[in-house]
Amino acid sequence: MPENATARIEAIYRAEAPRVLATLIRLLDGFDRAEEALHDAAIAALDQWPRQGIPANPRAWLVSAGRFKAIDRIRRDVRFDAVSAQLVQQLELATLPDDTDTPAIADDQLRLIFTCCHPALSPDAQVALTLREIAGLTTEDIAAAYLVPSATIAQRIVRAKAKIRDAGIPYTVPEPADLPDRIEAVLQVLYLIFNAGYSAGQGDTAIRADLCAEAIRLCRLLVGLVDEPEAFGLLALMLLNDARRPARLDASGDLVPLTEQDRSRWHHAQIAEGAALVQRAIRDRRIGAYSLQAAIAAAHSQSPNSAATNWAQIVLYYDLLLRLEPSDIIALNRAVAVGMRDGPQAGLALADAILASGDLDDYHLAHATRADFLARLNRPDEAAAAYRLALELTRQAPERRFLQKRLDALSRR
Amino acid sequence: MRYLCLVCFDGKQINTMPPAEWERLVRESAEYDRELQRLGHYVHAEALQSPDTATTVRMRNGKMSATDGPFAELKEQVAGFILIEAADLNEAMRIGANIPLARIGSVEVRPVMEF
Repeated sequence: MPENATARIEAIYRAEAPRVLATLIRLLDGFDRAEEALHDAAIAALDQWPRQGIPANPRAWLVSAGRFKAIDRIRRDVRFDAVSAQLVQQLELATLPDDTDTPAIADDQLRLIFTCCHPALSPDAQVALTLREIAGLTTEDIAAAYLVPSATIAQRIVRAKAKIRDAGIPYTVPEPADLPDRIEAVLQVLYLIFNAGYSAGQGDTAIRADLCAEAIRLCRLLVGLVDEPEAFGLLALMLLNDARRPARLDASGDLVPLTEQDRSRWHHAQIAEGAALVQRAIRDRRIGAYSLQAAIAAAHSQSPNSAATNWAQIVLYYDLLLRLEPSDIIALNRAVAVGMRDGPQAGLALADAILASGDLDDYHLAHATRADFLARLNRPDEAAAAYRLALELTRQAPERRFLQKRLDALSRR
Repeated sequence: MRYLCLVCFDGKQINTMPPAEWERLVRESAEYDRELQRLGHYVHAEALQSPDTATTVRMRNGKMSATDGPFAELKEQVAGFILIEAADLNEAMRIGANIPLARIGSVEVRPVMEF
């Protein structure tokens, strides 16, 4: 068999495996049996596809092969009993989704998302399990993205699967009464996954971009199946942030602040999609924190430059966000927006008031924000002192380089 | 599947809450047991006497030792249990969360080992 044929089969398998697994987990009612069946189906594909050609519908082929292999395994099992017999019968009668049956396949994935993001599992386990079982990332990739040893991730996944099996966590979309809470948990996991891929940090760039793409894909799936405004809000937020990725880092890999990014490098089609979702989300009376953050991101993303940005609207969104989630960090971000709307003096007064409460004393960005206002007010000595304080408070190299650049620019003025 | 709902709370709370409120909780607890019976989830339920009536015993090298009080000095102590039958953990969690005492204490929902 030519080498590129094997590569093609492997690529198809990698792309289809998560969806095939989700369906097999439902059919076989368990991770272990489903994973065995998927593995058997992969071996069968590598054996048969090169001789018989790649089937027109590889996903349906893999599900079907997995089912037959599972029936064989259960029949051969020495512990074959009445329960096994019932499972075999159930499997033989099960209708398999084909390619024209997209909703059924999406349903299987949705069920699995709710299983993996079940509140009975720890948040760390929810993230690891979602990335492994739904996104199809390897344990090594997940470990690399989260900068923890592979063994830690592997152990989290094994424990989580054992709890799903032993505690009877079902493969179902929750009852309507439980749905809002459960969706919130899923959105939180998706946002954690997105941020792991998006925030400045170490780790493989390609894997990190994968995490963002996967979080967006899963959120799209959720949006298609449940009518929850915050799901639209989170999808919009992730699309808008992800659209700015090409301009976020400079040639040396350092963060470029939003106001200084080359906006021609943003993905404008993706911004348009995100902004349309924001419009839809903010029309809903149940507007939530993700939708508001997305609305702020949309206001930034749709403006040709910092000066033309509708800062008044952004301040308004921050007001609403503060009412939903009172926090000093959100208040600080609001101070930045007020500083753009009403001038640095107004921003500085707010930043000073927030710092006076004492809770953000050790937060380097609070002092950096103050320093920016002082610099704009032409008070370079005080600005330099605030930048130095901010520098003392952070050890992250990219942040330090950024603050040092600001400090250097001050002395050149 | 069967699940044991271990109902825990801080017994001191009974002394600090208005008597009428406590009576209401007791009444609602009895009603909830009947509701579970009616829906086919009920296997068995008992309320326990206060933790200071407990004695903890151990057997070491064939010799018994006994100590006064419950196994662990925790604020929330086991006050009773309901053994339920539920389709899965989602249903068991819903039944556990609706136990009236979950509003002032907590309920540990544990699957029963099936052999």
